[in-house]
Amino acid sequence: MAPGAPSSSPSPILAALLFSSLVLSPTLAIVVYTDREVYGAVGSQVTLHCSFWSSEWVSDDISFTWRYQPEGGRDAISIFHYAKGQPYIDEVGTFKERIQWVGDPSWKDGSIVIHNLDYSDNGTFTCDVKNPPDIVGKTSQVTLYVFEKVPTRYGVVLGAVIGGILGVVLLLLLLFYLIRYCWLRRQAALQRRLSAMEKGKFHKSSKDSSKRGRQTPVLYAMLDHSRSTKAASEKKSKGLGESRKDKK
Amino acid sequence: MLLLLLGILFLHIAVLVLLFVSTIVSQWLVGNGHRTDLWQNCTTSALGAVQHCYSSSVSEWLQSVQATMILSVIFSVLSLFLFFCQLFTLTKGGRFYITGVFQILAGLCVMSAAAIYTVRHSEWHVNNDYSYGFAYILAWVAFPLALLSGIIYVILRKRE
Repeated sequence: MAPGAPSSSPSPILAALLFSSLVLSPTLAIVVYTDREVYGAVGSQVTLHCSFWSSEWVSDDISFTWRYQPEGGRDAISIFHYAKGQPYIDEVGTFKERIQWVGDPSWKDGSIVIHNLDYSDNGTFTCDVKNPPDIVGKTSQVTLYVFEKVPTRYGVVLGAVIGGILGVVLLLLLLFYLIRYCWLRRQAALQRRLSAMEKGKFHKSSKDSSKRGRQTPVLYAMLDHSRSTKAASEKKSKGLGESRKDKK
Repeated sequence: MLLLLLGILFLHIAVLVLLFVSTIVSQWLVGNGHRTDLWQNCTTSALGAVQHCYSSSVSEWLQSVQATMILSVIFSVLSLFLFFCQLFTLTKGGRFYITGVFQILAGLCVMSAAAIYTVRHSEWHVNNDYSYGFAYILAWVAFPLALLSGIIYVILRKRE
């Protein structure tokens, strides 16, 4: 009895998970995505991205709402509204002349740009999307930090240096092996051709071969064992030296 | 021959240990009550009982020092691994080129890390009651040793 009890306990949890994933998820129909944090320098501009996932098609009545809550402030004010294909910038707050609509509802994009940032713009921006009949869903928040000079986030340089150097080393290694592989293949092909020529030479007369030997390259002289003149031995040593250099 | 092999291996492992120690141990800069390394900044209170550590500043140069130290450890470990691979697969009389190249790279990385630290650490603290700790010195010692062991790898041939 006792061993049976623990094994049966996970099954209700599994069933509940299955139930929630199959039945409950359609009610959470619209999901809004924004960055978590955005950094901007004073006087520059920053883009607040907002996108969403909806189980329905993008309707004509889609609406985006951006709300702003100042740092330390309690209540959020509406700063931007997009409805029925028209962007509306609210006439209250400090953003009324600095907001620009850059989104495109057909691409599920409700992004805005805020120009001429100031330290007082620090705060939380909330993006809310309604895509009728899909109107139930969570909003998403992005926090804006305004700096005098935008700091690089920790790990960016670290990762870039490590990744960059490792990548370059791997690339060089790959290139080296590729070149060596090509070189060896070419060498093998040359060798094959030379041995074929040597075979053909035995069939022909010796006069013919000695005539052709003057014109052939150094490598040919290296393989030509039949000749015993001084010139040939000089050529031979030169050829060997070159091949050794290449192997290095 | 076996003695030479063991010597090379010992040198390599010594370099690896030096690199690991200098990367991890918090002794790059020491002062009265302060210990600083690449990762954190520790202050011991006057009583010597309580120790406060907070993570080092995130300036770009410190991150590149961290990155090059990590890279040198990676390259050295890779080199050791490749050495064992080549020991069994290399043809007789061949040279340990790849092993040596990676070991030399590790040496160059630790050199650049120590050099960057030497040049830039002065802007990190204002008062002058600091001196270099042993981890910093170990990093500098690791550089010629790694270079030496890399050059030995390149020069040595596998036993005929």
